[in-house]
Amino acid sequence: MSADSEAVAVETAKLRRFEPRAISAVMSREVANFRTFWKGTTFSSVLEPTIYLLAFGLGLGSTLVGDVGSIPYVEFVGTGMVATAVIFSSALPAMFGTFVKHHFQRTYDAILATPVDTEELVTAEVLWIGLRSGFYGTFPLLVTIIFFGLDPKLGMLLVPIFCMVTAVGFAGFGVSVAAKAEKIDQFNYVTTLAITPLFLVAGTFFPIDQLPEGFQVVAQLNPLYQLVELVRGAAFGFQTVDILRFCGLVAFSTALWRLACVLMQRRLID
Amino acid sequence: MPAIELSNVVKRFGEITAVDGLTLDVPKGICLGLLGPNGAGKSTTMRLLTGQSIADSGKIKVLGLDLPKQSKQARARMGVVPQLDNLDVDVTVEDNLAVFARLYRAPDVPAAVNRSLEIARLTDRRKAKVMELSGGMRRRLLLARGLVHDPELVLLDEPTVGLDPQIRTQLWTLIDGLRSAGATILMSTHYIEEAERLADEVAVVNAGKVIARGKPGDLIREHAGTRTVEIYGPPHELDAHREQLELEGVSVRAAGPAIAVLDAEQAPRHLIPDHAVERAASLEDVFVKLTGEDAE
Repeated sequence: MSADSEAVAVETAKLRRFEPRAISAVMSREVANFRTFWKGTTFSSVLEPTIYLLAFGLGLGSTLVGDVGSIPYVEFVGTGMVATAVIFSSALPAMFGTFVKHHFQRTYDAILATPVDTEELVTAEVLWIGLRSGFYGTFPLLVTIIFFGLDPKLGMLLVPIFCMVTAVGFAGFGVSVAAKAEKIDQFNYVTTLAITPLFLVAGTFFPIDQLPEGFQVVAQLNPLYQLVELVRGAAFGFQTVDILRFCGLVAFSTALWRLACVLMQRRLID
Repeated sequence: MPAIELSNVVKRFGEITAVDGLTLDVPKGICLGLLGPNGAGKSTTMRLLTGQSIADSGKIKVLGLDLPKQSKQARARMGVVPQLDNLDVDVTVEDNLAVFARLYRAPDVPAAVNRSLEIARLTDRRKAKVMELSGGMRRRLLLARGLVHDPELVLLDEPTVGLDPQIRTQLWTLIDGLRSAGATILMSTHYIEEAERLADEVAVVNAGKVIARGKPGDLIREHAGTRTVEIYGPPHELDAHREQLELEGVSVRAAGPAIAVLDAEQAPRHLIPDHAVERAASLEDVFVKLTGEDAE
């Protein structure tokens, strides 16, 4: 064996399951692509919550709805909209992005021909979406602070972490859906039957204790509702139960990430 | 030790057997052309070698590593050039290469990018977005991407499919450069000319099996002799010629508007009309003889 081939053998012997270098390499592809469209994403991430807060927060808040508890309606909606930003910047990009990269762009064929396994690929994808959502998910909160008078609190520094953990779970959900879908049209069912109801019963626009009891139980199982409560905790004061809420979100994200790994392995390796 | 060893490999997709007891070895330092019609199992074989398909039975070794168990180690030492363009079109040429240098764990990413840009003669387009490149440049970039980590083994899956002749010639020059530099290459193709020009050896694959293997010249001599005669004419005349020749035990195949008489020096002269065109036997004659006239 020559010195060169010995070096190669030593280098390849280091390759093991679930390598951070593989995950960071896949994420570097996402970063390279994101650099080409970050301006549009940032623009809509600032403008959308502003429009929503003007319409719902100021519109409804100054006419039909007063305070919710002791919270002004615009601040109630502003904190709740963090969850909206998270689900729409995680589940949907994961669903469509995964499907397009697999079926149309054949990106995954190229990546899996390198020393990267499906588990590393999926982990990188959901982590990247989690990071992005963790960042952009805070924009409604920032908009509410800057333009609508919400008092900044130290606890709000935890909001990107809450968003990121939740987004990893919803990204795992999106990747899992894409792994099972045969046609991109099938995503319409998922959006209508899963994402929209989750978003509506998250306590973003109205408190869930106004809902019938059955809906309240369902809402408790909704990760988005738990995220909304954590964000409101960060803005208006945490409660002990928030530790449980956070642990629940971590469990949700871990389960969906693992599910995505298993389903994508079945989809990509035949 | 061969660079690739496949032994009795079987891969089924439901009722379809894509690879059916394939046995093949690729010695180090040669370019082996995997020549077969569509649906012969070439692409499945390529996927088996990259661990993207798992064989139902049989043994696969790449660079001495057992697949699928050591597939990751094997992939680190091979480069793959796919049949379809799967570059990131909004990203620059150098960023596409840098991502793959990282995926392959290249120790010095900028150096790896520079080296592969030079191989593909794309150094002056490094800052261009892929969508701004011509078709030929994009194919060269795909090749550069597969070579970014200086692999010991290169898998080329139909590297010039769907390209116009000028671009095909450009790529052949690059592949020939790799071959001359001593890389081991497994190239699947259904272009006979490509296999004839680039491959040191050719394995003809049909229905998931290797049905012939050898140097192009040896295969031609063994299966098609040295001369081929093409007879042109109306279909009913060609049918009559074919029937007579086959009654005499001569191999004949359809060749578009003509019939081709293989191993023509052995054919009875009185059955060859004066207007027939004689030429050297080719790998295409071998290919059609061995794989049949009906394509899927």
